[in-house]
Amino acid sequence: MKWVLYISDFMIPLIIFGILVYGLLKKINIFDVFIEGAKGSVNTILTIMPTLIGLMVAVGIIRASGALDMIERGLKPLLKFTSFPSELIPLTILRSISASASLGLVLDLFKQYGPDSFIGRLISVMMGCTETIFYTMSVYFMSIGIKKTRYTLAGAILANLAGVIASFYITIWVFGR
Amino acid sequence: MLNYLWGFMILIGIIVATFTGTMGEVTQAAINSSKEAVQICITLLGVLAFWMGIMKIAEKSGLISGLTNKIRPILRFLFPDVPDGHDAQKYIATNLIANVLGLGWAATPPGLLAMKALQKLNLKKNEASNAMCMFLIVNISSVQLISVNIIAYRSQYGSANPSEVIGPSLLATCISTVTAIIFGKIMERRKRS
Repeated sequence: MKWVLYISDFMIPLIIFGILVYGLLKKINIFDVFIEGAKGSVNTILTIMPTLIGLMVAVGIIRASGALDMIERGLKPLLKFTSFPSELIPLTILRSISASASLGLVLDLFKQYGPDSFIGRLISVMMGCTETIFYTMSVYFMSIGIKKTRYTLAGAILANLAGVIASFYITIWVFGR
Repeated sequence: MLNYLWGFMILIGIIVATFTGTMGEVTQAAINSSKEAVQICITLLGVLAFWMGIMKIAEKSGLISGLTNKIRPILRFLFPDVPDGHDAQKYIATNLIANVLGLGWAATPPGLLAMKALQKLNLKKNEASNAMCMFLIVNISSVQLISVNIIAYRSQYGSANPSEVIGPSLLATCISTVTAIIFGKIMERRKRS
């Protein structure tokens, strides 16, 4: 097994262990605090749910109509020289525009190919290392009235691109195709 | 943005369906997808509740604020224009730690406060400072340690090992963040136009 997969197995238990030990050492009522924090998830879910329903319906419709397949097929010749799956191009682009819209597409791809397929694994890795560009930039810069963003956009696109390329090769390296 | 995107997806879908003769499937998809969204929310609720509970312990025990102090040397390197101990430094630290731990909802408020504090240090008020550019590029490069949501979605769609992507994802995140920092540092050296 590759060491990267050890990280996968150990990460969550390790974080939980560390946090619990720290909490006990600081004499916190860990279970009470846990309950208090866990309660917050209901509100989070209630805000996510309508968005998710709206977007999954939209993605479901565009997928069922055959339009998404047309886009993917149209993009195929462009990617002939790389081995990057054309199914992921709409996702890669949408990811930089809107987090929730790209989420709808991710779930659709999980359904189409299964989360343990090459595509399923690749999008899982990809979603973990990229972030929405335009949304984040507009919220942060607009809040303080900045008009000239200089090299932020270029840097953000470059970072996301590096993330996508890295995800692609890392997924092949760790899981094979 | 989302208004157009959302409308566009549905309208295109319906228009294409009239040509491909898939109107029945489109209707089915609309009904099934909304049902599925609710199922996903239920899976997500479980994972999220557990994770938010654990993170509350990290917050209440002072672990998160402790980490915030520990990353100061990194912040000095990333934001040389921000004086040590300045408010901006504190907010940036809180934002980055929240992002690393995957607490997206907790990252935005300190993030916006950081921008406000950076604006006070900024000489040209309508132009982004080096520190602002660096802050946003690093933020967008994603510094998340674990994406619990993705793990929940993978489990919902029947993955045999939903968490197997943590390691690869972490590696990819490091690469994108290092790329972001190198780019930011190179651009910083160049004279402001």
